[in-house]
Amino acid sequence: MAYDDYVTPSSVEEAVAALASLRGAGRIISGGTDLILQLQHREREASCLIDVTTIRGLSEIKRDGSFVIVGAAATFAQLERHPIIRGQAPVLAQAASWVGSPQIRNVGTLAGNVVNAQPAADGSIALLALDAEAEIANLTGRQWVPLSSLFVSPGVSRVDATMEMITAFRFRPQASLEGSAFERFARRKALALPLINVGVRVQLDADRSRARAVRIAIGPVAPVPFRACEAEKALLDRELDEAAVREAAAAAALESKPRSSLLRAGKEYRVELVRVLTQRALSRAIQSARG
Amino acid sequence: MANTQTLRMVVNGEQVELEITPSDTLAMVLRERLGLTGTKIGCEEGECGACTVLVDGLPVNSCLYPAVKAQDRSIRTVEGLSKNGELHPLQRSFVEHGAVQCGYCTPGILLSAVALLEQNPHPTDDEIRRALSGNLCRCTGYLKIIEAIQAVAASQ
Ligand SMILES: Cc1cc2nc3c(=O)[nH]c(=O)nc-3n(C[C@H](O)[C@H](O)[C@H](O)COP(=O)(O)OP(=O)(O)OC[C@H]3O[C@@H](n4cnc5c(N)ncnc54)[C@H](O)[C@@H]3O)c2cc1C
Ligand code: FES
Ligand code: FES
Repeated sequence: MAYDDYVTPSSVEEAVAALASLRGAGRIISGGTDLILQLQHREREASCLIDVTTIRGLSEIKRDGSFVIVGAAATFAQLERHPIIRGQAPVLAQAASWVGSPQIRNVGTLAGNVVNAQPAADGSIALLALDAEAEIANLTGRQWVPLSSLFVSPGVSRVDATMEMITAFRFRPQASLEGSAFERFARRKALALPLINVGVRVQLDADRSRARAVRIAIGPVAPVPFRACEAEKALLDRELDEAAVREAAAAAALESKPRSSLLRAGKEYRVELVRVLTQRALSRAIQSARG
Repeated sequence: MANTQTLRMVVNGEQVELEITPSDTLAMVLRERLGLTGTKIGCEEGECGACTVLVDGLPVNSCLYPAVKAQDRSIRTVEGLSKNGELHPLQRSFVEHGAVQCGYCTPGILLSAVALLEQNPHPTDDEIRRALSGNLCRCTGYLKIIEAIQAVAASQ
């Protein structure tokens, strides 16, 4: 493998300073479940890896005022079990439980998932449905940015892991009259990347019959994690009955542009999966919002 | 010449200290430097689980795990399962139930099973399947493995 050095800074400031002094030759590593293979296959180069997973507090999951805060280095194993995530962001707990295998979930992190920038990344799809923000730290300080602004193209993130790092994610916890759900279809139930995955979050109005807000995220149907805005619109200002859910799912299928993949599935099949999985996710989220 | 780093970790209850190259994986250090060849290498891509070891009690794929991450942690490999020449109850049960054929997957599966029973002493068959979902076996068809684990769970 290419790198000659591996350091474990004890603070975010130290990590960012190390990146700066390496002038592009350093790179953040968390679990390494994507990066180690990419370095072995020479798809990425770095002379020094900066491991942020032992920075105090970076894998913490907590409530803070009106937000749930998830540390960048929280693993999928933590997320799938944590009471705050299970109770206040079920879409994220469910997504985490699907990732890879127990061995991958024990080390793979949410920030690694996001910065690796795959359009079907399970963590990214759930965070997009939650309308999450990411906190980015670099030499100029720290700032919160919308998750949706972080994706450029497959494998390319706006976060430059040679110069900056994500420290945390935050989103509003699910309150009463809200529900969320994650659906996923793959060739096997473990260790298989999704043919399609869908995350949704729904907020109902006080009489539980109409939607006040809906977010639908779908992968991999575009070069980046995709938000199905037409499908969302199809659910607003009307009775949330079965017909509404069916029409929204059809709208999602229409606006999704999956590719055919010899290994995974043809695009016609994937479009049909978008329709079916969106319908299932919406039905489950609405049901749980109705309580 | 690449840099070296001092790695201190506990392996099967014993403190070890050695100089490693920062790009060494844990699998490589266990096998080539410590001679613990019970940990197998299959795919080297995180897919097969033959290289599974426990790090602070959690199963990880040691083929993808930078050895540096093991600093100050406790590692368990299949060599650490037997005590005073006696097989671990799971090992004995695997033999008795015919859950071992070629044996290549067995060390990894045993460690996934050890971690499962430590967290969940009486798992359902589905919980066992999920705990083993990162371990491939090309020989047994898994059923005898599940029976072997259930037998140990029932006896404890
Ligand atoms: C066998 C296998 C199965 C898998 N299955 C799935 C699956 O089902 N679903 C899925 O979504 N993914 C899957 N993955 C991919 C991978 O496990 C995830 O994307 C994981 O979340 C990556 O996290 P990590 O901590 O290991 O990232 P790393 O490999 O450490 O890093 C990935 C990228 O993110 C950057 N990075 C990491 N942390 C930060 C940070 N804090 N700030 C800035 N940049 C950072 C790194 O520089 C690198 O570019 C699988 C991988 C394997 C090997
Ligand atoms: S050798 Fe590590 S998972 Fe296959
Ligand atoms: S016994 Fe041969 S691979 Fe499992």
